[in-house]
Amino acid sequence: MSKPIIEVKNVSIKYVIGDLRNIGLKEFVMKKLTRNYQVKSFVAVDSVSFSLYQGDMLGIVGTNGAGKSTLLKAITQIMVPTNGSVKVNGKIAALLELGSGFDGDLNLKENAYLRGAMLGYTRKFMDEKYPDILAFSELQEFEQRPFKQLSSGMKSRIAFSIASMMEPEILILDEVLSVGDGAFREKSEAKMREIIEKGKVTILVSHSIAQVRRMCNKVLWLDHGKQIAFGDTAEICDMYEEFLKTKKLPEKK
Amino acid sequence: MLQKLKQNRFLFEELVKRDFTKKYKRTVLGMLWSVLGPLMTLGVMALVFTKFFGRTMDHYIIYLFCGNLLFSYFRESTNTGMTALYNNAGIFSKVNVPKYMFLLSINVSSLINFGINLLMLFLFCAIDGVAFTWKFILLLYPIGCLVVFNLGMGLILSAMYIMFRDMKYLYDVFTMLLMYVSAIFYSIDAYSQQTQYLFYLNPIYVYIRYFRKIILEGDIPQLSFHLLAAAYALVALAIGALIYKKKNYKFLYYI
Repeated sequence: MSKPIIEVKNVSIKYVIGDLRNIGLKEFVMKKLTRNYQVKSFVAVDSVSFSLYQGDMLGIVGTNGAGKSTLLKAITQIMVPTNGSVKVNGKIAALLELGSGFDGDLNLKENAYLRGAMLGYTRKFMDEKYPDILAFSELQEFEQRPFKQLSSGMKSRIAFSIASMMEPEILILDEVLSVGDGAFREKSEAKMREIIEKGKVTILVSHSIAQVRRMCNKVLWLDHGKQIAFGDTAEICDMYEEFLKTKKLPEKK
Repeated sequence: MLQKLKQNRFLFEELVKRDFTKKYKRTVLGMLWSVLGPLMTLGVMALVFTKFFGRTMDHYIIYLFCGNLLFSYFRESTNTGMTALYNNAGIFSKVNVPKYMFLLSINVSSLINFGINLLMLFLFCAIDGVAFTWKFILLLYPIGCLVVFNLGMGLILSAMYIMFRDMKYLYDVFTMLLMYVSAIFYSIDAYSQQTQYLFYLNPIYVYIRYFRKIILEGDIPQLSFHLLAAAYALVALAIGALIYKKKNYKFLYYI
């Protein structure tokens, strides 16, 4: 088999929570003095391992707080794993949460360019791709509007259009496809199939099992940070649906 | 490093564009205001100190302008720099971008403001009959030092601000204190030699003094003075860069 595009080996990620968020200096000093300053760390992702090869589409499933988004942050190198290693061969276009990172005061075009710049592309490349992005999003008439005047469905449409038109080697979508109207959802699923057929790797986080069944060839199931299962879509989706009904985790094989 | 800068040029340009759009809201008046603001402050200060306190120094307006110009640049740059990281939390927690880019881009607009006001200073010099000499070119040195110093302070402050949200109020008090010990509207000649040396502990005063020496006295400061000016800038930058390097992946926990 060829070299894996994404190789996640034994990755654990510790997350720190507690009083360090949203605290002022005087509050900090007071809490330190009264020994009330509490910082807890918990393991958001606990020894997860998997590899993805060309043309793979991975679906990540799990209940809220299972560590899905944290795992994606490690793959996109926003966080570093506490243990283990993440190896990525290729350029990533990630959509973590809808429409995030867009600026409300800028218009659609300016936001598209800014996003392209953040993903590491050049101006020339953006000049080439921008007409396609706009056409795919079908938002031509809103091009000059400040972003804050667009609806959230429109925002996710443009977000998806940017990420998919950039021809990334790896596309990461975090609950992106669940919004937008029916017609656009179909169109974006078709676009994703096209991307996968070109041999790119895609990771999809979704709460819609039906969608995962339709799109993915591999599934990773996380629960409270632990890797419950990784493998073929049909088998694991069956197990996961069983779990959602009974709330019982399967026996470790 | 150079390769990295080249790679990030597009991002830098787009961020600068964004910061400009947000700051001036696409209006000409917005830009005009950034020149009028400092000039009006200068006018008020000149009025108060010449009429009410009877300062009778030669070229007092220029003396005042030098102090105001550099101090305002420092204050604006560090104040906007402080919130640069926090305001972009939505971006760096979702996309992997070099975090210092936000600070660099926000500093561009305060630097441009400073440039415009510097031209105003030269205009005032011409009106006030200050002799222009080749030594004015040397002003680039303290400007360069101050730019680096501001960036360093911006790195430090933005990291502190993300940890402690009330930094802003503390820093306001601090800048007010700093303004009073920067000898912007008074001269330190009346103090003893020792006290005068104490003023050199204030980096902003060092840069202001450099300006006045060149513009008002037509004199080039000593080598040790140059070294001091550079040392302040480099130390601030080094501390800031170290914090960013160490905390790079930890900023995420604070937002």
